[in-house]
Amino acid sequence: MRKLLPALLICLLAAGGAFAADDVVKIGFFNCLTGQNAFGGQLELEGAQLALSEIPEVLGKKIELVVVDNKSDKTEAANAVARLIERDKVNAVIGTYGSALAMAGGEVAEAAKIPVMGTSCTNPLVTQNKRYYFRACFIDPFQGSGAAAYAYKTLNFKKAALLVDVANDYSVGLGSFFKQSFEKLGGEIVSEMKYNSGDQDFTAQLTEIISKNPDIVFLPAYFAEGAIVLKQAKELGATFRFMGGDAMDNPEIVTLGGDAVEGFLHTTFAYDPSMKDMNPVAQKFTENWKAKYPDKEPNVNAALGYDAFILVIDAIKRAGSAEPEKIRDALEATKDVPTVTGLTTLNETHDAEKELGIVEIRDGKKQFIGTITP
Amino acid sequence: MGIKMSFDMFMQHFINAVGLGSLYGLIAIGYTMVYGILRLINFAHGDIFMLGAYFVFFATVSYKLPWAFGVLAAIAGATLCGLLVDRIAYRPLRNAPRISALISAIGVSFFIENLSVVVFSGMPRPVVQPPLLMKAFSIGGVRLVPLALLVPAISFALAAGLLWLIYRTRSGLAMRSISHDIETTRLMGVSVDRIIALTFALGSALAAVAGIMWALRYPRVEPFMGIIPGFKAFIAAVFGGIGSIPGAMLGGLSLGFVEIMSIAFFPKLSGYRDAFAFILLILILLVKPTGLMGEKLEDKI
Amino acid sequence: MSGPDAIGEGNNKTRDAVLTAVAAVVFAAALWLASSNLDGYKLRIINLIAINAILGLSLNLIYGMTGMFSLGHAGFMAIGAYVSALLILSPEQKTTMWILEPIAPWLLNVRAPFVVSLAAAGLAAAFFGWLVALPVLRLGGDYLGIATLGFSEIIRILITNLTPITNGSLGLKGIPAHTDIRMSYGCLAVVLFCMVRLMRSNFGNVLRAVRDDEIAARTMGIDTFRTRVLAFTLGCFGGGLGGALMGNLITTIDPKMFMITQTYSLLMIVVVGGLGSITGSIVGAVVVTTMLEWLRFVENPVTIGGVNIPGIPGMRMVIFSLLLIVVIIFRREGIMGMREFSWSRLFRGGSGGGGRR
Repeated sequence: MRKLLPALLICLLAAGGAFAADDVVKIGFFNCLTGQNAFGGQLELEGAQLALSEIPEVLGKKIELVVVDNKSDKTEAANAVARLIERDKVNAVIGTYGSALAMAGGEVAEAAKIPVMGTSCTNPLVTQNKRYYFRACFIDPFQGSGAAAYAYKTLNFKKAALLVDVANDYSVGLGSFFKQSFEKLGGEIVSEMKYNSGDQDFTAQLTEIISKNPDIVFLPAYFAEGAIVLKQAKELGATFRFMGGDAMDNPEIVTLGGDAVEGFLHTTFAYDPSMKDMNPVAQKFTENWKAKYPDKEPNVNAALGYDAFILVIDAIKRAGSAEPEKIRDALEATKDVPTVTGLTTLNETHDAEKELGIVEIRDGKKQFIGTITP
Repeated sequence: MGIKMSFDMFMQHFINAVGLGSLYGLIAIGYTMVYGILRLINFAHGDIFMLGAYFVFFATVSYKLPWAFGVLAAIAGATLCGLLVDRIAYRPLRNAPRISALISAIGVSFFIENLSVVVFSGMPRPVVQPPLLMKAFSIGGVRLVPLALLVPAISFALAAGLLWLIYRTRSGLAMRSISHDIETTRLMGVSVDRIIALTFALGSALAAVAGIMWALRYPRVEPFMGIIPGFKAFIAAVFGGIGSIPGAMLGGLSLGFVEIMSIAFFPKLSGYRDAFAFILLILILLVKPTGLMGEKLEDKI
Repeated sequence: MSGPDAIGEGNNKTRDAVLTAVAAVVFAAALWLASSNLDGYKLRIINLIAINAILGLSLNLIYGMTGMFSLGHAGFMAIGAYVSALLILSPEQKTTMWILEPIAPWLLNVRAPFVVSLAAAGLAAAFFGWLVALPVLRLGGDYLGIATLGFSEIIRILITNLTPITNGSLGLKGIPAHTDIRMSYGCLAVVLFCMVRLMRSNFGNVLRAVRDDEIAARTMGIDTFRTRVLAFTLGCFGGGLGGALMGNLITTIDPKMFMITQTYSLLMIVVVGGLGSITGSIVGAVVVTTMLEWLRFVENPVTIGGVNIPGIPGMRMVIFSLLLIVVIIFRREGIMGMREFSWSRLFRGGSGGGGRR
């Protein structure tokens, strides 16, 4: 009954055309819908939209998701967030894929005192010294040390090489954290090669790495580039294993890489449609996703888009208000909220603490191997 | 530097360099032909290259055409696009200041790239490599796939064919004549627009072939894939001496070697790979502004 | 269409000065009103217009006025943006930001106020411009364009790789948002004033002479090489200044912001406005910047009468590039051509067309 009355009122008001802003909760969503990172941003949007269709209202108010494209460009990202806050007057913002974009948008939100929930921006700098930026994902030092521990302890690899995109902040960061942890564990980095975003020929770097004979090569690339690296490595007769990070987590990697990606390992968030023992949220997410987008596989980006939405709504519920400042305070107190990628707790630096998943590609399919907590 | 490199490893790098360099060379030919005749940097060339690769993708993956047909259709499609670009964006500006044509070229390049995002989506797509071309074998300690040999072979054959066309046919004569003096050539009764169109058609067809081979070698297509190869090929064209076809091939190979060997000999500096190419370019411009094999072009004042 | 300027010149001079002053005051008042009434999003665009105008003017000085085809402006912007940001950031910010490699010790405690950092940014860019100019300006035409483009890329690659100084691809963030309307339009006013004075001085005539006929200029005893180096260096100063303002507007910078596409969009501003016209660069900055923002509507989903039309991502740049081609083909001299705005032209109601000031 208590829900019915406001809902009725909303309908009446809507019919009258006088839609008072107080009757909707506006969640802004900025992400890469076009440009170089569109493959990730699009999935995150679909994840958030799926969550919206399951949770259409909060505190008896209708939720509206205002979507703005940041075009994988920093200037546009800052513009997009400014637009969401100034023009659309959103209560909170969700986004984005790409840490550099998150940082550009974050500065605007910080100045306007509007809370933001990051989706898959994993660079530590995103939330550093920020009062209003949070994220649904873990950060690269955690991921890098987890990957190093898995390679060194579980797989017993002692010699590693790095192949890093020097122009990509994510790649450089994750590569460097892997290196630190791997060396700390006692492993040896035998070769450290670099390339530039957009490069398509990696034969020189790979030939050099092959000559150093490592056990494993850590490749913190985006999946489209990574798949091509793996192809060329196979062509050149590389026999070592490759390992990557969460940016390699895309269903397309198998289509792009073909049999060259066989045996490829990557760390990721604790969700994959191939997972055996899914938590209830993940089960529901997977089922509903398949109903809503029948010809698309869900992945971690989709899951994080969904999770980010859930975390914001959870905070609004706990705050009992959609006031930005109150949402922020509630977000800070987020503890053990069940999400697709496991129980999420936001720590004092506003980063999600959750398990790290390991995926291997076997028989042309992504197989979720398990989770580790380093 | 105290780097010891085994002969096998050097040969592996050598093969990699020839493969990459010959592709740069093939793209560079298109730049060089247009520049030689119109003194125009055809920024859209890299995008024609991209379209060639996309057309093959659609022909073979989406429409399941056999490879031979797919390749022919892609070449035809890209050639047509090249002709359209000339007709719509460059021909109206023949007598305009050079900067206008240049801006128009940048506009066309933006247009093709962004339209491709709208039409093809920004998602990279895989290209199916014929297994026959990918069967790896070893000579000594060098690992090869047939494709790695086929790419330079086709590139050199096409460059040779083009040279024959330019130096042994009437159209070729007309092209060379236009590049020296467009007005006099017109007065001699040569249909200048037709010859320029022919130049664009040839350049675009070669770009399409390069695009197809590129898509086989680095098997994925995406709308912005032409920018960097196009850019590099342009450097190669300048390096070899813009206007000269053997120069374009030589420039492409040199660039391939600089890129690969800089990593082979200075692995620590692999992040600076592209800087090496640019430094070399600037050096050659300062020492010999016309490039390795270029003739002196009089600035048209 | 020139000629009648001589008639009643003394009279007109005072009139023009008064009109210019009045226009400046009106414009300043309008900006003041705007900065207290408009939302942050619109202000950001108004700021961007001023920055683009500064950048356009500086590129126009190199290319439009002096005839040197330079494709290196993005590189000089990058130098300016980094120099300014490195001077403004506090030592605490610097220590926490360099998470991969520690910052170079000599850089940690260097600090300067914003205005000083702007000057330093311009000077640093000018210094590098001068270094580049010495060897490269001996080249002519397109070769110069290619060489400057090469330098711009080398600068970007250096910034990407020199992590202890620049923080590499992670870039710099948390730059205080010092660029406000007052700052950006103040800088624009200074740049504009200098440009107008410069082009009206004898040096302006020398520049045009070098552009229009280098051989004749040389015969008249002009040291064309020195003239070109000077103009190039001045233009680079503007590039560095614009880059610094841009960094302080967006508050984060990284090497990817300074790719060749950045130079292209400046080139578009200059060409759409009119090569060699000061008024043109300002008109170009206004038109191109607002057009790019305004065109966003084609990508937003619209609901007309309950029917939801989804936005088409990427359509904005398609339309923008199409418009650019159309402008170049049908009005290749740009909006202003080589003309400048002047009050007498406005009063004659003839060929001028309106620009501000």
